[in-house]
Amino acid sequence: MIPAAFDYVRPDTIDEAVRTLHDGGEDAKVLAGGQSLIPILRLRLAFPELLVDLGRIPELRGVREDPATGSLVIGAMTTHHDVIHDPLVRRHAGLLAAATETVADPAVRHRGTLGGSLSHADPAGDLPAVLLALDGEMVAAGPRGRRTVPAREFFVDYLRTALADDEVLVEIRVPRADGWGFHYEKFSRVAQGWAIVGVAALVRRVDGRIAEARIGLTNMGSTPLRARTTEAALAGAEAVPAAVASAADAAAEGTRPATDLSATPEYRAHLARVLTRRAVLAAAGTE
Amino acid sequence: MTAQATTDAPRPEVGRSRTRKEDARLVTGRTTWTDNITTPGLLYLAILRSPMAPARIDRIDVAPALERPGVIAALTGRDLADELGPMPCVWPVTEDIVMPDHPAVAVDEVRYAGEPVAVVVARGRYAAADALEAVEVDYTPLPPVLGLEAALADDAPLVHAGKGTNRCYTWPLDTGNYAAQKARADVVLRRRYTQQRLIPNAMEPRAVVATPPTASNEYTLYSATQVPHVARVILSMVTGIPEQRLRVIAPDVGGGFGSKLQVYGEEAVALALARKLGRPVKWTESRSEGYQATHHGRGQIQDIEIAATKDGEILGLSVDLLADMGAYLMLITPGIPLLGAFMYPGIYKMNAYTFRCTGVFTTKTPTDAYRGAGRPEATFAIERTMDELAAELGLDPIELRRRNWIRHEEFPYTSIAGLTYDSGNYEAATDRALALFGYDGLRAEQRERRARHDPVRLGIGISTFTEMCGLAPSRVLRDLRYAAGGWEAATIRMLPTGKVEVTTGTSPHGQGHATCWSQIAADVLGVPFDDIEVVHGDTRAVPQGMDTYGSRSLVVGGLAVHHAALKVVAKARRVAAHLLEANEADLEFTAGTFSVRGSPEATKTIQDVAYATFSSHDLPDGMEPTINAGHLVDPDNFSYPHGTHLCAIEVDTETGRARIRSYVCVDDIGKVINPMIVQGQIHGGLAQGIAQALYEEAVYDTEGNLVSGTMADYLVPAAPDLPDFVTDRTETPATSNALGVKGVGEAGTIASTPAVVNAVVDALRPLGVRDVAMPCTPQRIWQAVTDARAKGART
Repeated sequence: MIPAAFDYVRPDTIDEAVRTLHDGGEDAKVLAGGQSLIPILRLRLAFPELLVDLGRIPELRGVREDPATGSLVIGAMTTHHDVIHDPLVRRHAGLLAAATETVADPAVRHRGTLGGSLSHADPAGDLPAVLLALDGEMVAAGPRGRRTVPAREFFVDYLRTALADDEVLVEIRVPRADGWGFHYEKFSRVAQGWAIVGVAALVRRVDGRIAEARIGLTNMGSTPLRARTTEAALAGAEAVPAAVASAADAAAEGTRPATDLSATPEYRAHLARVLTRRAVLAAAGTE
Repeated sequence: MTAQATTDAPRPEVGRSRTRKEDARLVTGRTTWTDNITTPGLLYLAILRSPMAPARIDRIDVAPALERPGVIAALTGRDLADELGPMPCVWPVTEDIVMPDHPAVAVDEVRYAGEPVAVVVARGRYAAADALEAVEVDYTPLPPVLGLEAALADDAPLVHAGKGTNRCYTWPLDTGNYAAQKARADVVLRRRYTQQRLIPNAMEPRAVVATPPTASNEYTLYSATQVPHVARVILSMVTGIPEQRLRVIAPDVGGGFGSKLQVYGEEAVALALARKLGRPVKWTESRSEGYQATHHGRGQIQDIEIAATKDGEILGLSVDLLADMGAYLMLITPGIPLLGAFMYPGIYKMNAYTFRCTGVFTTKTPTDAYRGAGRPEATFAIERTMDELAAELGLDPIELRRRNWIRHEEFPYTSIAGLTYDSGNYEAATDRALALFGYDGLRAEQRERRARHDPVRLGIGISTFTEMCGLAPSRVLRDLRYAAGGWEAATIRMLPTGKVEVTTGTSPHGQGHATCWSQIAADVLGVPFDDIEVVHGDTRAVPQGMDTYGSRSLVVGGLAVHHAALKVVAKARRVAAHLLEANEADLEFTAGTFSVRGSPEATKTIQDVAYATFSSHDLPDGMEPTINAGHLVDPDNFSYPHGTHLCAIEVDTETGRARIRSYVCVDDIGKVINPMIVQGQIHGGLAQGIAQALYEEAVYDTEGNLVSGTMADYLVPAAPDLPDFVTDRTETPATSNALGVKGVGEAGTIASTPAVVNAVVDALRPLGVRDVAMPCTPQRIWQAVTDARAKGART
């Protein structure tokens, strides 16, 4: 397929990118790796007049520690491949590295970026639910300066975020999850496919009990979701299969999964319960 | 042969895993894929396709497209009707078959989503794509015809209103008295299986470059096709370009799986536009365009009934098929199910067989050949049914097969369907497969998992199969009302420098003919492998050929190379005898050298002889100069590869996921030219057969739109989704051809689908599951388990 004509700019700085986006109005789109946008253009499902490519802005790449808070600060244009192999991410946010390893295929992981994936906000994408479970924060730059949006407020609806048209996601801030067990349980029909359902689990254990659990759900609604009822039931529960299974039975509460060629809502709800049980047990080191 | 000569003989080429000589350029892409071809003044064709089906075209206006930048021409179906005849179907399987008109571009009515309605030609590919958006079309939707049984109802809307019916044909085959056999049977089992529609997914999409007669007096069509020779005949008829002025070239072609065993409207349109505009025209389809408009495969409902004794002896088989033709008849659409008609009895003996196939029109993409073409469907139905019968009788499925298959000492054996299987050894292949698989150990594990109610169950699936390959004896094709023959041609030219040029009428698109034909010729001629060049895929360079499909190339085309090489040696022997002043009878020919028995110093190499025939200075009286031998093979019989495939699958009853744990196949494809290439064919075939069992399905919504329209929704499995395959072979040479070969292109696809589904059902049978529709998706498996448990709880 051949996309319709568009203009293309590749700014060198964040300020220039924001200015260009602002001037371009609603016909301008950010190109942040292109693993979702380019197929959309080729299928002529969107007709932006201007693409602003963030691929050559050095400060948008890489991972560092914020000395004040100890949080990881991940540049929005850091590729999936670089996230997976970054030592800071592996040490302090292993869930993100593990989940990113399941994204699509090697070609996509070398071009696609964390910020691009989060800004696209596809509820079938793996990383939004992971950032939700990690209680991450998104830092957006716009004509009015920078602001920080917690992950739980960032994903607004299907393919919609809290970013304004002239804002650029520049950083993802992830609190350290040292000492938390983690697991991303992805259920897809083929290895490179979208998750039918995915469950991102973080578990903090104290003396054989689950002190705290955080569970993000992929593809169980128009946005990534937290399985709050299950999280509450797990707090203080014994880290044993029966207790976890009982808590996981509530994993689909409050979700509104869609129908597609791979799954009905009922099947997705069933999968959410089974996969949540498995993810939590794996994160708790029980299985 | 003397001891001396034997020691000097080089290792034979046939049987060696030669690295493919064509691969370096194919895998780097630095070669002539059709889309890489460019030529001065090239224009680009883009095709506007119907967004719905079926519909009446109330108004169509291409004038606005003409105003777009770079646009040279824009035409409707009606405009093109003056340039082109209808696209033909060459397999009218019955006398009363309904054959609707099939214009290359729709006129007044569209019958499937994706059918061409207008074309635009522009100076650039982007300009052509943009201009499509300017074409104005008003449609009135018509009622879709989707289900095969619904299509045959009296009040069904019609795909072709003028034909008065959606029934294309009904084709019967009856041998023995099935009713009598059924009457004496202890067990009669009836099952219905559905062969979902599949999308072929060749790696290279279709592509065409048509050039007008400017530099020479001929039209040239470059096309990513499996069938340049067939295309030349058909396209000369459709376009009116005299056949002798049309050259068709299939450059390097990246896969086909039957989807390029076709002559497409886009090829005819490109030629017509090159003629009309006097400029070369290129068209390359996109993947999503191909999903709608490249023909689909499978698409059948199979009602199969088997009659047997309580000891498991098969008495008779009855098969009633509904086959989805789609909206039009393509090149050989109606004949595809009939390639399976003869294969339902499989490797088994029985007393009666009755078969009926009804072709049905629907408002979907036309169907036609897809890897295996009729035979995978047949093998699936009989092999699924054998497992069901075994379960019904409480027999091990292997044991049931043993009680019914043709024993090796019974060959040649004429099957109940009338085919004469020349050779085979089902016992040997099965015993080998069972040993490699560890059958007894896996059965023990299966029982153990059941006993402890493991949510992950183990299933074991079996598939034995044979297929008819080497298409095809021309007289059989006559009896089946196919319009052409099934022969194949080869020539071998000895060049003055002693090098060798082989031409073949086969048209490889990934199979490795250049390598294998070189191996065959090298052994006969005694020349080095690297001294041989194989020329193919160009009707000017290779005037005669019937192209590549149906596991025919080696069995028919490779055989032609072998016989042509023997003719070269026969002539060379006469020349050598003349030059050596010896009797032909006293000449030995070893490793490319003629020598006189008893005078080892008197020799001539075949290269010496080649030069002598080129100079022609000293040839026997009356002999023509040069050596240029041709041979055409029209086979007497099909060939019959067979094999035993075993699949162990783990089915997670909680999620429905099925994961193949081990897969063993032992195929008997007769003599092998290149084991590495055989291995590749088997691996690819297994992947495609497993894909049908677990992953792939062309899905239409209730309005007739293809909803699995991209690779995000139509799931082609990749390496991580497939197990490590354990492949082995037994070697029972074919007796119907001099090379002893049987063909391997389709074997893996044919055998693997039922092996996998049998394994899924075997895993779940104790839970009460008797079938899972293909593809066995996690949701379907989960649903089957859920339903069976609910039913079990009620009873």
